[in-house]
Amino acid sequence: MYSFEFEKPSTIADAVAALGAEDAQALGGGQTLIPTLKQRLAAPTTLVSLSSIPEMQGVCVEDDGSLAIGGATTHATVAAETADKYAALSDLAGHIGDPAVRNRGTIGGSLANNDPAACYPAAALGSGATIITNNRSVSADDFFQGMFTTALDEGEIITTVHFPIPQAASYQKFLQPASRFALVGVFLARFADGVRVAVTGASEDGVFRWSEAEEALNKEFRPDALMDLKINPMNMIGDLHGSKEYRAHLVGVMTKRAVEACI
Amino acid sequence: MPKDSGIGASSKRREDVRFLTGAGNYTDDINVHGQAYVHFLRSDIAHGRIKSIDTSAAEGMPGVVKVFTGKDFEGVGGMPCGWEVTDKHGAPMQEPPHPILAQGKVRHVGDPIAAVVADSLEQARDAAEAIDLDIEELPAVMNMKAAAQDGSTLVHDDLKNNICYDWQLGETDDAKVDEVFANAAHVTTLDLVNNRLVANPMEPRVAVGEYKRGTDEYTLFTTSQNPHVIRLLMCAFVLGLPEHKVRVVAPDVGGGFGTKIFHYAEEAFCTFAAKACNRPVKWTSSRSEAFMSDAHGRDHVSKIELALDADNNFIGLRTNTYANLGAYLSTFSSSVPTWLHGTLMAGNYKTPVIQVNVKAMFTNTVPVDAYRGAGRPEATYQLERVVDKAARELGVDPIALRRQNFVTQFPYDTPVALTYDTGDYNGTMDKLEAAADLAGFAARRAKSEANGKLRGLGINCYIEACGIAPSNIVGMLGARAGLYDAATVRVNATGSISVMVGAHSHGQGHETAFPQVVADMIGIDESMVEIVHGDTSKIPFGMGTYGSRSLAVCGSAMVKATEKVIEKAKKIAAHLLEASEADIELKDGQFSVAGTDKSVAWGDVTLTAYVPHNYPLEVEPGLEETAFYDPANFTFPAGAYACEVEVDPETGQVTIEAFTAADDFGNIINPMIVDGQVHGGIGQGIGQALLENCAYDENGQLLSASFMDYAMPRADDLPFYEVDHSSQTPCTHNPLGVKGCGEAGAIGSPPAVVNAVIDALNSGGKAVDHIDMPVSPSRVWAAMNS
Repeated sequence: MYSFEFEKPSTIADAVAALGAEDAQALGGGQTLIPTLKQRLAAPTTLVSLSSIPEMQGVCVEDDGSLAIGGATTHATVAAETADKYAALSDLAGHIGDPAVRNRGTIGGSLANNDPAACYPAAALGSGATIITNNRSVSADDFFQGMFTTALDEGEIITTVHFPIPQAASYQKFLQPASRFALVGVFLARFADGVRVAVTGASEDGVFRWSEAEEALNKEFRPDALMDLKINPMNMIGDLHGSKEYRAHLVGVMTKRAVEACI
Repeated sequence: MPKDSGIGASSKRREDVRFLTGAGNYTDDINVHGQAYVHFLRSDIAHGRIKSIDTSAAEGMPGVVKVFTGKDFEGVGGMPCGWEVTDKHGAPMQEPPHPILAQGKVRHVGDPIAAVVADSLEQARDAAEAIDLDIEELPAVMNMKAAAQDGSTLVHDDLKNNICYDWQLGETDDAKVDEVFANAAHVTTLDLVNNRLVANPMEPRVAVGEYKRGTDEYTLFTTSQNPHVIRLLMCAFVLGLPEHKVRVVAPDVGGGFGTKIFHYAEEAFCTFAAKACNRPVKWTSSRSEAFMSDAHGRDHVSKIELALDADNNFIGLRTNTYANLGAYLSTFSSSVPTWLHGTLMAGNYKTPVIQVNVKAMFTNTVPVDAYRGAGRPEATYQLERVVDKAARELGVDPIALRRQNFVTQFPYDTPVALTYDTGDYNGTMDKLEAAADLAGFAARRAKSEANGKLRGLGINCYIEACGIAPSNIVGMLGARAGLYDAATVRVNATGSISVMVGAHSHGQGHETAFPQVVADMIGIDESMVEIVHGDTSKIPFGMGTYGSRSLAVCGSAMVKATEKVIEKAKKIAAHLLEASEADIELKDGQFSVAGTDKSVAWGDVTLTAYVPHNYPLEVEPGLEETAFYDPANFTFPAGAYACEVEVDPETGQVTIEAFTAADDFGNIINPMIVDGQVHGGIGQGIGQALLENCAYDENGQLLSASFMDYAMPRADDLPFYEVDHSSQTPCTHNPLGVKGCGEAGAIGSPPAVVNAVIDALNSGGKAVDHIDMPVSPSRVWAAMNS
């Protein structure tokens, strides 16, 4: 990697200030950024670590029962602390990467990166989460704007992610055999006011909601409701590990399995 | 009754204590005072003409010691190829130069163009970025069949085409082969690909070159399976150095799988640069570099045809293979698709007429060479897939069809140049049927189907040729090296023994298994015997470890040397016991006079050898013997494997539910180590069958250039294995009766897995007759829905 300055602020305000420097870069758990730096594919002047800011750590239960998860909370902590509150989210967090990744990688880092095959974007979009930054709140529906692209401005930090708790939810991940990211992952959440279906791994536009499936499941929450639905393969990812058609097919299978898991 | 020590005992692997407690000594652990670091600037395009390289800016960068380009190596040789294959018209193979650093052209992504030596690795990398390259990109030669056509872009401009050789083995009369097929009652044909693999040993390659000006001596520390071969090739063919001035050390090596057999440019570079810079020079491959500079494995595209008569006897076999050699000839690359592949096409069967055709191709890819099995997996995969397809087409039981065609009389001369000395293929199949509980398969299938899964059973047989030999024959076939091995048994005064061996252990457990043999022969505790390997300044000239040869070849040399030691020790014992040498017996570490209670202990005899006061005048003092052993023939391990898979019909996901291996390795020294070797081999074979795929795009960019896209098998991809080694027909021509076990698992498992997947799909009404490896979910789904 190239040389860089390293800052480790202890407050959000200090982090925001440090990120004001030219070509400064926020560092979450570093599970994407550090390998990128080692490959010399990025050359920030300053890395601003977000891992020592107490107000960005941990999982809190709000008065309405929803969860507020600090942006710098590791996957392992989310998996442990949401197990009895939001099992589908805990399950998702507990199956990201390997133990080393889960004990370094953070929810805020994952959402800000918005890797098209990452798991957390599906949880946030599928749950209708709210992403809270140092200066505003953004709904998940507005936050994800395509592969590796989000609503975040330069220097803006995800401080908290707010998850409403659905009546039932399930995350079904079909593994890419090499990376074990999601070849296709479907996060389905059923709320009193409707079903949300978020798909990761599949689309060239990153995580998306499968609205036809949501409509069908709102009418009838049964696996069979999906039987006649097909995703258009056109915008799916096609690569070494699966064609566009295969990914489109898997979206249907994984969604059906998520419904089955919720019944 | 299992033994608790010596030959046949499952002695615990003594080397694992240091490996598992972080006390190993790997090449990257070696740091020499004053060392500098080299970073190789590698081509990021597959094919291009170098118009200029400007290193002036790089040379002025902080910490830079020296910048090298191809020009610095114009006075030395290139990387040699160790096997000259003669084509079917009697002409030698086309053998293009393989420079240490690119000269004139770059020929694959990863081809080293320049090397920067600097005080630190980061400084070397910084300076490499300042090298100004002007390279005119040329079309990449990627498709082997297209590359064979006249008018194709040439990988090497000075060659007449991209075909290294057009080789044939077996029946040379095409008309006779045509006639066999014309008269066949049934012909089964299959087109298949043996997927390109990256070995990915856990330890990447490392080289540290050192030069001592005072004595004009070089030392190369390197991650090698065969340090003497590296020294010989580097001294005689590349750098022109006197062998006695060069020491090559391969310390603990973290896995080889074939890819560390070869002499690599980085090794020669570090040795050369150590003198040129007058500083030790170290290179440690990154994993990314390993993907584009370690020799790859396999990569064959084949058509195989099997002719059967009306009674389902195999009457003819014909194969046509394109074998990818990559951009340059790696050390043993030319032998893999020929003498290690064509010779195995008879398999376990008495097919009377066989013709093997191989076109070996240059392409703009990383060089391809031996990888666990080396040619034998490619042969077995073709043969066992076509046999399985034939059974399905004919509606006969795949085991019965195999049994019907087994070789049963030994020795057996195949139509493809080998003589199998021994084997019992029906007996081994019997062991498999019992160990795999094949009788219970129908019930297991029904249970899987009740869970919505398709279950398949895949059977595979294999024959392997190990311990490639003898030297005079392989010399006639084009080998530029002998294939014997050597051992020195040095008995110390107090009776402990150091055995210096030419074999190299990089995971195989030699440090445990070899002493079991020597200790057993003498009747002393295994802990009194130790192996020394991996250092040309300590060991006799041996050829290293590959091709499952260590015990069969080097172990035989060790037995011969130990016999010499015992013979001499008996002379000393006879003197001490005042008896005739002919009456001396050695048992449990005691020399005794037959029929008497007179005896002397091993330790007393060894002490006498070094303190020869009361000593036979006609015997030299000391107790140390060396033996070289050149085998009379290959050894022929064989086996029968069964794989059971479940296929998820919705996703195409394949899971391995059971895997059983019945192998005949002849005599076994350490059953636990043999089990481990088979487990590892099967793991790699399942990796090839289900997961691993080294893929390039049409421009020669490596698509699977990291573990994010190259799928290595993980523990949870693999089942618990059943292994049965009770079928044992000892090798008839080596003193231990051993055959070799290192590659069997990787040879025998891929066809078993694919056969099982095809069986599962057909059981579910999907008439799929073939899926190329890796049989990924995506490919299975596509096959089911095509």
